[in-house]
Amino acid sequence: MPETTPPYLRLYRTMQVIRQTEEQLAKSHQRGLIHGACHTYVGQEAIATGVCAHLRPSDVVFSTHRGHGHALAKGVTPAALIAELFGRATGCSSGRGGSMHLFSPEVGMMGTSGIVGPCILQAAGAGYSFKLLKSDNVGVAFFGDGAVNNGAFHEGLNMASIWKLPSLFICENNQFATEVPFKYAAGNPTVASRGAAYGMPGIEVDGNDVLAVYEAAKTAIQRAKAGEGPTLIECLTYRTRPHSEGMGDFGYRSREEVEAWKARCPIRRFAEKLVAESLATVDELAKIEAEVQAMVVEAQAFAENSPWPDPSTAATHVYAQ
Amino acid sequence: MPELTFMKATLEGLTEEMELNPRIFVMGEGIGKRGGNFKTTEGLFDRFGAERLCDTPICERGFVGMAAGAAMTGTRPIIDFMFADFIMDSIGEIVNQIAKMQYMSSGRLKMPVLLRGCIGIGHSAATHHSGNYYPLYSHFPGLRVCVPSMAADAKGLLKTALRSDDPVLFLEHKSLLNIKGQVPTGEHLVPFGKAAIVREGRDVTVVALTIMVHKSLQAAEILAKEGLSVEIVDPRTVSPLDIDTILESVHKTGRLIIIDEAFAPCGVGGDIAALVIDRGFDDLDAPIRRLNGTFTPTPYSPPLEAAVVPSVERIAQAIRDLIAE
Ligand SMILES: Cc1ncc(C[n+]2csc(CCOP(=O)(O)OP(=O)(O)O)c2C)c(N)n1
Ligand SMILES: [Mg+2]
Repeated sequence: MPETTPPYLRLYRTMQVIRQTEEQLAKSHQRGLIHGACHTYVGQEAIATGVCAHLRPSDVVFSTHRGHGHALAKGVTPAALIAELFGRATGCSSGRGGSMHLFSPEVGMMGTSGIVGPCILQAAGAGYSFKLLKSDNVGVAFFGDGAVNNGAFHEGLNMASIWKLPSLFICENNQFATEVPFKYAAGNPTVASRGAAYGMPGIEVDGNDVLAVYEAAKTAIQRAKAGEGPTLIECLTYRTRPHSEGMGDFGYRSREEVEAWKARCPIRRFAEKLVAESLATVDELAKIEAEVQAMVVEAQAFAENSPWPDPSTAATHVYAQ
Repeated sequence: MPELTFMKATLEGLTEEMELNPRIFVMGEGIGKRGGNFKTTEGLFDRFGAERLCDTPICERGFVGMAAGAAMTGTRPIIDFMFADFIMDSIGEIVNQIAKMQYMSSGRLKMPVLLRGCIGIGHSAATHHSGNYYPLYSHFPGLRVCVPSMAADAKGLLKTALRSDDPVLFLEHKSLLNIKGQVPTGEHLVPFGKAAIVREGRDVTVVALTIMVHKSLQAAEILAKEGLSVEIVDPRTVSPLDIDTILESVHKTGRLIIIDEAFAPCGVGGDIAALVIDRGFDDLDAPIRRLNGTFTPTPYSPPLEAAVVPSVERIAQAIRDLIAE
């Protein structure tokens, strides 16, 4: 495969879309516009961005409760995401799901889940489909450090390995499962090293470095498409907002720690690198930021003005029609 | 029409559908070369190969969860559990993922998964190989639940399941696997939600499920000699449940008893009773009765095991008592 330069500005734009949409959602949560939970992706933007940059609509993503970033990076619009959290008919799940149930199979977003774990198995299952159908698509699971201690991780990675499925397992190790430190919850302190237990590569990357994630995902996808099987990628990162909007954040971690990680903001770091290495100008980046801002403002207005779902549709689609 | 065993009938249906639809594949333990613990896939490995007859490790939750992802992405997995007891570890995948995916995606995703396995009490299999479970699955919207009692229905329902875009639980009582019946060759589809009247009668309606259909037929023979005329309805699927056929029968007989090996609490019989009281109250000449398996984990020792299952004699007596009301 020929070496190509990463699409720097596209990566930057996607991270901006995620960050600005999340900040808008956090404000909306305070205003009471969001009816259920709201787990933001602030601080982790580089991961969804770096992985999904390689994916086509026919490649599929299965995600978790912290899935806004994955949905946006996979092509769900901010308008459809915000409207979903507002419970509106125009939301990506027609108001059926909210923050934890984001569906847009048209763009390969096969769903986020309120249950920790199943996405790992579903990405393996998609891999099985693609192998059987002889297509060159890949199935990707995004999950947190909390999910790796769930049985689904063990069963899913083992099966993906023995059948050499075209699947990617992207663990976003933000070091906490709600308030439980990964150090406490795992006997083996690294996730990447577990790849060896299943006979697959386990790669550790700086999850706040979008280019590192981008490169790791690229290699993993090449491997998957070559029929060589799945890859486990551990992205070390940190969420800089509370587990869920409205929750306290300093009973289990310190302000200093959070501030230190905010200083490693993946978006600011990437911007500085692009400018320092003359890969983009300050003006180009500012223009992107402004365009995204306008888009998010528009998305917010769209969502606020969107109709509620028709209550007579509450029980449609229980079965295939 | 050739005579086949229940299991051979399902194998015939499965073979025909796998021939027709290359997207169908089977996952399970020992379903490859070995042909399945209950011979559910006998001969298919040689015909369709390892990818479509996928032998799994012992990780029920894992492969049920994988089936969800596969069904969402264009294939049609069949999960062969062997014993339905073994997939309790995957109940979350079935209830939270498989059953809800079509709804949560507003119909944009389909979930054509067939989950099949053996249920029921018998052969001193004891409590981890004897569960019935269909009342549990029938509780959840989004699932279809088949409980065939006859070889022909087993084939016809299996074929329907393999053309449905909904997830289907296909539960086979292990004492039925070797019973024989006339089975139509080739295209034979039994729709979901359509009960069968397996015996016509005037005095009482018996709704019986799976193995209890056969025991109720034997009881009806005994009662016929006493001059009692028993009608037997086999719902064949419990979700959807064909309540209309049951109501029509009760309209004719005025009496209803539900015979079910599964436990009574929160069960199919209670639900049928509630529906008949609601919609057929004026047709009833007597209280609705239920005869169920005893509310206990299943014991091993033959006399204990026999005691927890409704016998032909107990069924006959329960029907006599109801007619005498
Ligand atoms: C099976 C299951 N158990 C518990 C929960 C409750 N829960 C929601 S999020 C969460 C923590 C998950 O941590 P992690 O996987 O690290 O993801 P993060 O929130 O850090 O992104 C828990 C325990 C759940 N949703 N599902
Ligand atoms: Mg975490």
